[in-house]
Amino acid sequence: MIVCKSAAELEAMHRAGLVVWDVLNRLRQAVQPGLSTLDLEKIAAQGAQEHGARPAFKGYRGYPCVLCASINQEVVHGIPSGARRLKEGDIISLDFGVELKGYYGDAAVTLPVGKIRPEVGDLLRVTRESLDKAIEKVRPGNRLSDISATVQQWVEKHGFSVVREFVGHGIGTKMHEEPNLPNYGEPGHGPRLEEGMVFAIEPMVNAGGPEVRVLDDKWTAVTTDGSCSAHFEHTVAVTSNGPWILTRPREAVGASW
Amino acid sequence: MAKTPQPEKKKADSGNPKEDAIEVMATVIEPLPNAMFRVQLDNKHQVLAHISGKMRKNFIRILAGDKVAVELSPYDLTRGRIVYRYK
Repeated sequence: MIVCKSAAELEAMHRAGLVVWDVLNRLRQAVQPGLSTLDLEKIAAQGAQEHGARPAFKGYRGYPCVLCASINQEVVHGIPSGARRLKEGDIISLDFGVELKGYYGDAAVTLPVGKIRPEVGDLLRVTRESLDKAIEKVRPGNRLSDISATVQQWVEKHGFSVVREFVGHGIGTKMHEEPNLPNYGEPGHGPRLEEGMVFAIEPMVNAGGPEVRVLDDKWTAVTTDGSCSAHFEHTVAVTSNGPWILTRPREAVGASW
Repeated sequence: MAKTPQPEKKKADSGNPKEDAIEVMATVIEPLPNAMFRVQLDNKHQVLAHISGKMRKNFIRILAGDKVAVELSPYDLTRGRIVYRYK
């Protein structure tokens, strides 16, 4: 069953989402060559604390940190480490979530470190665009798999591939709620979207093949062929006026990231 | 944080009694009538085992001394089912 949230609940989720937005923006400004992913973890932990929000990832199924920092061929769930330093030309996916007064917000962005190769830039742009287009489908009456299909079609049209092993998810009073929201599939299937449903939409896109494997640390997912992978995510609510991106300010317009 | 989809949980009693069996390695000690065998498990227990229907259908012959895989029911550990004969 997909829980539909009331207007007041959506406001509560928006407040949690704004914390995530603020923290990711701080990280966005901080990212530069030479910084370790543990430095980013500290910024994220500090940011959450200042807002009085509880980081949602730490302790989730035993995840050790507040932030997921995944560099280059790492797809998602990279564990921050003092030994991992950013280099010019890297891309880094930062995935962060908090719980604030019982409600969750979850978002992710992939950033270039300094100057990156143009084909990697394309990967970031296409992945972000696939999220933009998917968000546009978050309207009452559409079906769940319309979102999935939109991501897959846009990504594959540009010659990239969609990760199958990880999916987006419903979100609310838990970080992962029903339903699963894959980034692939035929349009026109699954439940109809209704006002008050909230989804974390998160395309994970590989420059090479779609295969991924999880490293021995049980978390870090990397592409099997070593190609770069990008990941963008927003928490999005279905409203009668169309999609409402809860993990950014109301007045923000234009591209999702 | 991306979710790892979990496979649908199976209900505890999903109907098929062959599903909960414990599979162990064993050696055949002696053949008995009615396609039964006395086998010694790798943990030295001796159990009475019969041949699985699939092996019987395909005429897999079993002789004393063969290494076999045996499924044990968790409810009755003195009986088993031979499901594979190793070459």
